[in-house]
Amino acid sequence: MIEVKNITKKFDGRTIIEDINFVFEKGKTNLIIGESGCGKTTLLKVMVGLHKPDSGAVLYEGKDFIQMNAEEQQSIRKELGMLFQAGALFDSLTLEENVQFPLDMFTTMSEEEKKERVNFVLKRVKLEGKNKLYPAELSGGMKKRAGLARAISAFPKYLFCDEPNSGLDPKTAIVIDELIYELTKEFDMTTIVITHDMNSVIEIGENILFIHKGKAEWKGTKENVLNSGNEALENFVFSSEFMRKVYKGE
Amino acid sequence: MNLLYQLGEYALLMGRVFKKPENWRVYRKQIIKEIYQIGITSLPIVAIISVFMGGVITIQAAFGFTSPWVPLYAVGFTTRESIILEFSPTIVSLILAGKVGSNIASEIGAMRITEQIDALEIMGVNSACYLILPKILAAVFINPFLIAISMFLGLVGGYVMGIAAGAVTSYEYIFGIQTFFETWKIWYAFTKVIVFAFIITSIPAYYGYYTRGGALEVGKSSTSAVVMSSIMILIFNLIITQLFFT
Repeated sequence: MIEVKNITKKFDGRTIIEDINFVFEKGKTNLIIGESGCGKTTLLKVMVGLHKPDSGAVLYEGKDFIQMNAEEQQSIRKELGMLFQAGALFDSLTLEENVQFPLDMFTTMSEEEKKERVNFVLKRVKLEGKNKLYPAELSGGMKKRAGLARAISAFPKYLFCDEPNSGLDPKTAIVIDELIYELTKEFDMTTIVITHDMNSVIEIGENILFIHKGKAEWKGTKENVLNSGNEALENFVFSSEFMRKVYKGE
Repeated sequence: MNLLYQLGEYALLMGRVFKKPENWRVYRKQIIKEIYQIGITSLPIVAIISVFMGGVITIQAAFGFTSPWVPLYAVGFTTRESIILEFSPTIVSLILAGKVGSNIASEIGAMRITEQIDALEIMGVNSACYLILPKILAAVFINPFLIAISMFLGLVGGYVMGIAAGAVTSYEYIFGIQTFFETWKIWYAFTKVIVFAFIITSIPAYYGYYTRGGALEVGKSSTSAVVMSSIMILIFNLIITQLFFT
């Protein structure tokens, strides 16, 4: 479980997120949703320690990550996996080497054990047999799956996904969503997904935080996101004609 | 003010670079990779330039010494001094600053803008150390060999082209390159090589690491890295020369 308490972050005096409170639950896909530029990625970067907040706390199992020393933070980071928007795979390494990288760096596993693990996670994300390909040889969807494979290769306790569906066709997007959901259950991870894709919200949104203009505007689940009664959320959810037609019959 | 800020940022980065690596086995592999990338791939350009420069220096020296009082072996002597003291350690390092420096800055810069560095940090890897330390160690290790090869090929180039041009005889050239030889000049040359190896890896790495923006900024970082490393090589060339010659 991860809890954020009163998180505020400013850049050059401009407030990006303000006084955000939320509990990201273990074994669930926790979604952070909102319009582009509302502060979703900033919150995520604060949570993983890439940005230091101006105030507030990020509690991993009750311990404040911000107040930890470098060594303690490093031990938490070893339990994190992150899927970046564009995959962020290391260009100079093959797919297999990318996935094996966290294992090489931080585990004492034998070469055989590492190969076994790599093949297991590659199979899990449906990339078996692609071990020797370089990131430049992968399609957008494959890059996301490869990024996911690397993120889970060390069996992390916490999985962060930054807009895993951006730039993907609807079919591939659903595959990625389902994969994230299944892996969350399989490894009992605390998964945090940033998205503004309503399909993802309805598919996998077990615990949702809606950020509007840098503030936590609404909290709920996929069951009540469509009838929240919150004006800002409704404007966001029903911004497309498709959503209005399907869910409101307009 | 900006220069002071950059200097501070560079010093802090070097502080992070020279921390204990998380896993020496992984770093060892990286160092070997970098030795190949920085050293071995630079060998052809260094060899070509050295042979031709050696030849040009010899011919220029031979036709410059018009006085009958200057012995012909002075051509070999001049070629050796020029190559060992200045051409191989400094000019070749300047060339490497262009080739290796732009490569390092653009590689690390591209990693920055595509979030690969963030990915390393989130994994708990000291990205500065992982990306920069192997490059510095590799260059400090391999560049002296590269420069030694450059010195040898420069002298060979001088010999072949000097004789082909009829500027000098074989005996006089070989006698010239052996005469008045002082060992400390080799130490001087290799001290410069090691300092320059540090400069041509650490400065471009700094520019790459702090790249912000997109592809355009990666290009700008690469250019700044080459310009700044070249200037630093010239400044440190002067400082080391002052230290050794006074």
